[in-house]
Parts: sequence; C-alpha cells; structure tokens
Amino acid sequence: MEAFVSLASGLAVAIQPMNLLFALIGVLLGTAVGVLPGIGPALTVALLLPITFKLDPAGSIIMFAGIYYGGMYGGSTTAILINTPGESASMATALEGNLMAKSGRGGPALATAAIGSFVAGTFATFGLALLAPYLVDIAVSFGPEDYFALMCVAFVTVSATFGDSPVRGLTSLFIGLALGLVGIDILSGQSRLSFGVPELYDNIEVTTLAVGLFAVGEALYVASRRHHHEEKLEPVRGSLWMTKEDWKRSWKPWLRGTAYGFPIGALPAGGAEIPTFLSYATEKKLTKHPEDFGRGAIEGVAGPEAANNASAAGTLVPLLTLGLPTSATAAMMLAGFQQYGLNPGPLLFAEKPDLVWGLIASLFIANAMLLVLNLPLVGLWVRLLAIPQPWLYAGILVFATMGTIAANPSPVELIMLTAFGVLGFLMRRFDFPIAPVVVGLILGPVAESQLRRALSISLGDPMVLLQSPISATLLAIALIALMAPFVLKGLGRFKAVED
Amino acid sequence: MSQIRKSLWRGALAVAAVAGFVTSAAAQMDLKIMAPAAPGGGWDQTARSMQQALTQSGIAKGVQVANVPGAGGSIGIAQLVNNSKGDGNQLMVMGYVMVGALLTNKSPVTLEQTTPIARLTAEYEAIVVPASSPIKSVKELAEAIKADPAKVTWAGGSAGGVDHIAAALFAKAAGADPTKINYIPFSGGGEALAAILGGKVTAGISGYGEFESQIKAGKLRLLGLSSPANKATADLPSIKAQGVDLEIANWRAVVAPPGISADQKKALTDAMDKMAKSKEWQDILKAKGWEDSYMSGDAFAKVLNEEVARTKDVLTAVGLVKS
Repeated sequence: MEAFVSLASGLAVAIQPMNLLFALIGVLLGTAVGVLPGIGPALTVALLLPITFKLDPAGSIIMFAGIYYGGMYGGSTTAILINTPGESASMATALEGNLMAKSGRGGPALATAAIGSFVAGTFATFGLALLAPYLVDIAVSFGPEDYFALMCVAFVTVSATFGDSPVRGLTSLFIGLALGLVGIDILSGQSRLSFGVPELYDNIEVTTLAVGLFAVGEALYVASRRHHHEEKLEPVRGSLWMTKEDWKRSWKPWLRGTAYGFPIGALPAGGAEIPTFLSYATEKKLTKHPEDFGRGAIEGVAGPEAANNASAAGTLVPLLTLGLPTSATAAMMLAGFQQYGLNPGPLLFAEKPDLVWGLIASLFIANAMLLVLNLPLVGLWVRLLAIPQPWLYAGILVFATMGTIAANPSPVELIMLTAFGVLGFLMRRFDFPIAPVVVGLILGPVAESQLRRALSISLGDPMVLLQSPISATLLAIALIALMAPFVLKGLGRFKAVED
Repeated sequence: MSQIRKSLWRGALAVAAVAGFVTSAAAQMDLKIMAPAAPGGGWDQTARSMQQALTQSGIAKGVQVANVPGAGGSIGIAQLVNNSKGDGNQLMVMGYVMVGALLTNKSPVTLEQTTPIARLTAEYEAIVVPASSPIKSVKELAEAIKADPAKVTWAGGSAGGVDHIAAALFAKAAGADPTKINYIPFSGGGEALAAILGGKVTAGISGYGEFESQIKAGKLRLLGLSSPANKATADLPSIKAQGVDLEIANWRAVVAPPGISADQKKALTDAMDKMAKSKEWQDILKAKGWEDSYMSGDAFAKVLNEEVARTKDVLTAVGLVKS
C-alpha cells in the first residue's frame, strides 16, 4: 500500500512540465539512436552526461530513463522493417517480424511490438515499484553455477530457432560458439584466436555480427537473385492495423514475454537477449498456428518484444536497490546518479524517495509517450517498404555501415562486417539458419565464463552444479526439455505398434 | 526514412547547442584529448571532465575529446605513438590499468615511448567481505590466505587489472605464494559486487567507490584500504596500518605523444598545473569522489617507471606475463 502512496507522489514529480519535457526529449533521442545499429542508449547517455551536468538531477535522470525505453522501441522498428536489429535484444523480433513485413503485414507487426512493449513496460514497472526489495534478494543469491544452468536451459530452447534441420542448426550454432572464443579470455586474461590483431582482443561485437549476417547478407542475397526473378514487396496487404485475430494471438505472448523478461532482466548477469529467445521458443511451441512460424507469425513478434521491454525495467531493480549496474546503459545511469553525488543502493529509497519514485513514475509516462508516438507512425514506417528494392537495399547497406563505424571507428570492424555479410549470404544461399550463430556468440562466452567461475570457487568440484537448488532445478528443466521430444516420439511409436 | 533523419538531426542540434554553450571564448590553446576507451568508462569520464574544466576556466580555447576504444588502451596508445608524433596539442588519458594491459597484451608500443605529463587522480583499492562473513579484520584474512591461498576466493575486475594485482600483492605481503591465489575476474563492477553480496566468494577487491554505498548500508564490511598508513581514519582504515604491507592506488594520468619539443612539453605541463588548481577541476573531483593525486613533470615520470617495473614483477609472478 505504501508503494502506491509513494508512486502517487512520484507521479506528481514526473508530471511537472519541465520533467515531462525531459521525458519527451529522452524518448525521442532514444528512439533515434535505437534505430541506428551500433549506437545504443549507453553511448547516448555517455555523450550526454557532461552536458546534463548543469541540469536538475531529477530531470536528467528522467531523460536517461526515456532514452533507455526509447532505445528499446527504436531497435525493434528497424528489425521488423529492414531486418537490421538496432541492438542484440531486437534480434528475436527480426526473425518473424521481418517475414511479416515482407508479406505485407508490417503494420500489425509494428503495432503488436509497440503495444506489447507498452503492456510489458507497464507491468514490469509495476513489478519494479512493488517487488524490487524482494526480488533483489533472490537476484543476488544467483551464483555462477546457477547462471550456467540458466544458459543450459537457453541452449536447449534456442533449438526452436534452428529451422527444420537440426544438423544445419547445430552447424550454425557452433560457428557462433567458435566466434565467441575470439578475444581476451576474461578468466585468464590471455587472448585466443585473435592472431595478434589488437582490435580482436575485445571480442566480436554482437551487433556487428547480427547486422552483417542479417542486413548485409540479405542485401547480397537479394542482389544475387535479382536476375532470376524479382520479388515484389507489397507494403500493405490486408489491414494496416491489428485485426481481432491479431489481438487474440498477441495478448498471451505479451504476458508470457513479460514474465520472462522482468525477472531475468533483474538478475545481475541476466541481460535482455536470453528472455527474448526463451520467449520466441515458447511461443513457437505453444502456438496454434505452427505453420505460420517461418512465414511471419505475430506471436513471434509479440512475445520477444514484450520480453525485451520488461527486461529493461528489470535491469533497474538491482540498479536502484543495490547500485548494481547490470547493463551498459544502467552503468551509464549509475554514473549519472553519481555526478549529482547520489549513490544508488540500499539507502537511496530512504534518502531520496522523491527522486526514485519520480523516476519510476516517469517510466510509466515515457512508456505511454512512446506508444502515442509510435502507433501513428506505423503507417508512415511501412511505406519504407514501397521504396524500389535496389534503392532500399543500397540504403540499408549505407545505414548498416554507418552504424557500425559510428560505434567503433576502425577498419577492422568494417572488414568484419563485410566478412559476416558474405557469411550470411552463403548461409542463406545454402539454407543454413543464421539466428543460431548470433545465439552462440551471445550465450557461449557467458556459459563458459560462468562455468569456469563456478568451478574455480568450488576448487574444481563439479558437484557444485547440483548442490545449489536453483542450479539443480534449472538443469532438470533443461534435461526434460531435451529428452521430452524423443520420449514422446518413442511412446508414439510404441502405441502405433500396439495398435 | 525522413522521420529518422529528422529526429537524429533534432538530437544532434540539441547536443551541439548545449555543447557550444559551455565553451567559453577567452583562451590560449586548442587541445585534443584522446580517451583510449569507449564512452562512459573512467578514462572517458576523466577526458570529458578535463574538457569541462579546461574550457570553463578559460585555460584552453577548445578541447576535443576522441574515443579510441579497444584492448585496455593498447589501440589508443598505438595510435598516439604512431600517428601523433610531435603533436604538441595532443594528450591521452591513461591509468594504472593500461600498465598491466600493455604487458599482458604483449603490446609492441610501450609507455616509455610516450611523454609523461601529469598524474591527476587516484583511487585506493578496498578489501571487503560480506557482513555475515566470519572474517573481521585484515589480520584474519591474512591468516586465512597464509593457511591455504586457494581456499580464499577473491572477486574483482578483469584479469591482470589493478584488482588482480592488488590481490596478488596482498597474498605476497601476508606471506603466502601469490601464484596460488584463487582470483575470479568479473566483467563489470556490478557482477563482482553481486557475487560478494551473495556470499559466493570470501572477499571482494575493487576501487572504494564500487563498494561505498553497500558499506554504508551495512551489507559489506570494509576490512581496509590500500592507502598509506598515515591517511587512515576510523571509517577508512588502512591495510598497511593493520600490519599487511600493501600500498597501491589506481591512478589516472595524461601523457603526450613522443617527439614533442621541450617548449611544447612545458606548455602542456603548465596547462595541467593550472587546471589542477582551478576551482572547476576541484569541483569535479568533489562531485565524482575522485582523490586528487596531482603530480607533474619529472616526478611523475619517475613514478610511472617504478609502477611499470613493479607491475611487471607481479604479473610475471602470477603467470600472466611470461618473462
């Protein structure tokens, strides 16, 4: 109850005209940078910090929160329309979202993403307001062995992104795992597979890989096919808005996506990628329209988008309650707090309640603003697809290159982008799924370093993986998820023989 | 597309407008400061704070900050040494972490090739344990580590960084074999802090600022700081005063490219001397909680050489650098 009173007083802070203006600037800036691949909310907040130094703390922190939420929205727009995920968390959205856009259903895809983000953001912000103090105790009790077990669950479920052939899917996954080894090994400090190229010491950037494989690869593929037959894109087929059927198929994925995104986002090493993939896999399993997956299924957009935004609110749980920054953007927001002499942590809620609750309240406002901004734009965005293909893809190439060098101005980064583009083209040409490569790059290094940390702490005793109740439960879930399809198949065969 | 462009422009204009506002007119030199890291980290914040102090106090006319991220600064320093030779308006922010990174990365470019200008700030390392830990003092931790170094697990920042080096030096000072320490590197400060709060490790070691709010909230117990014994207070005890000879600071400094003339070196040093005394810089130090450890000229060059030698010894001892 107390939380509601505090939230109400927070709203009073957030709806002051100046703070509303800061929230608006924040969401606009955030959407703009979320759209550009490579330039994320973290970089934007970093560049704004010295400028906002003179502003009032509440206003600038509210603006940073707007940038954070806005970045999440912007990333999904380009993922859906031009298959260029602005950040790694939008990758799962690109899978089905872009297929929808290509078959003239870009409007409903953007709408379900925007509304799903709003729904998830709202529920998750409530979660932040009400559950933060309880959730954080659980989050901190997650040790390296538990993260490793969570990664095992993620590895088993991402097979949903494999397409029809497990062999091809696994091949792609292993390419990703191998790429994940490149760079300085966090535990030993030694470099692996970087061949003395200093630019490779810092590991392969996920967005460079994703943009190379998805956007550049597709541009090359379209160019190579042009002489065979020209694929006509229809920007709008059927309704521009979500039909009744679309709503019916979207609302459950929104809620399930929120249920994945918020708690995993609240884990100190959770991140936004894992819940989006878990959500994608769940929706693919649960859908009543399995035939649509691979052709543009609305569930595959609704779920991951909700998970993405809910995890953004989840990240604020450890930031506000413990002062733990668990994402690059959260780290920058922490720096923002510190420049006003505020230390997020157990005491912040008690010492500066108006600031914390003002921030939480402004998250609601930023969320509503983003919905109002984005829904009317859907019609306009979709017209992008009416651009003739050669121009559209040339534009995508310029855009992808620009984003990549803006984030990391180095020729090596561009060579990597091109090489991944060619890889993406070849994989598409020979029918290998590309999503598992990126999944491997994201999950591989995390799984490896957490396992090695767990074993270092236990002095090499592997039983540590089973002694933690969280880890044991998660490993059991992974095992069941892995075995279930085979067991069910076997039972089916057994029954068939009996008949 | 026009919408994206529009909102991007709007953002760019807003940034430019505010940035233009802070630049004052009266001035002498145009400076370029390279932060050999991505925006947001400590080196970047130092570079941008210098920009703020130098322009607002009128010491410099214009200051450009450029980020050259990668490999703990190895890419930035290579660019400074190879492309900016003799450029008297160029500075690069660096710090103790770069000393170790250049050694572990086997960088072909070394700090001896640069022109040291001044040390700016320092932060002491803090050793903490969870509030529920049976270990109550530096002495007890030292005894535990002497009994079996592998059983004392440390959480801190990246391998070969200042946290790792401090942990190894602590073990050595406690009379244990530093090659046997069980140091577990975490990528961000947040992740290490979570492992310490969750009681997954024996002790945590990192800059004091990382732990400050948890210590004040009573969730972590501060055993000591790696500060000189005479700087200790009741709230901020020093490790050295408790009988373990460990003194180390994570400092940040600026260096200039090789091949600059004596006049150019003097101009840069003077500008830094003035900045360090300015009210603007002092205000920033206070706001950010950075300790002033200003030192310029030959004194700094000497300290830098000593730190390189000591770091090489430690990293060789823990096996990160093969001699």
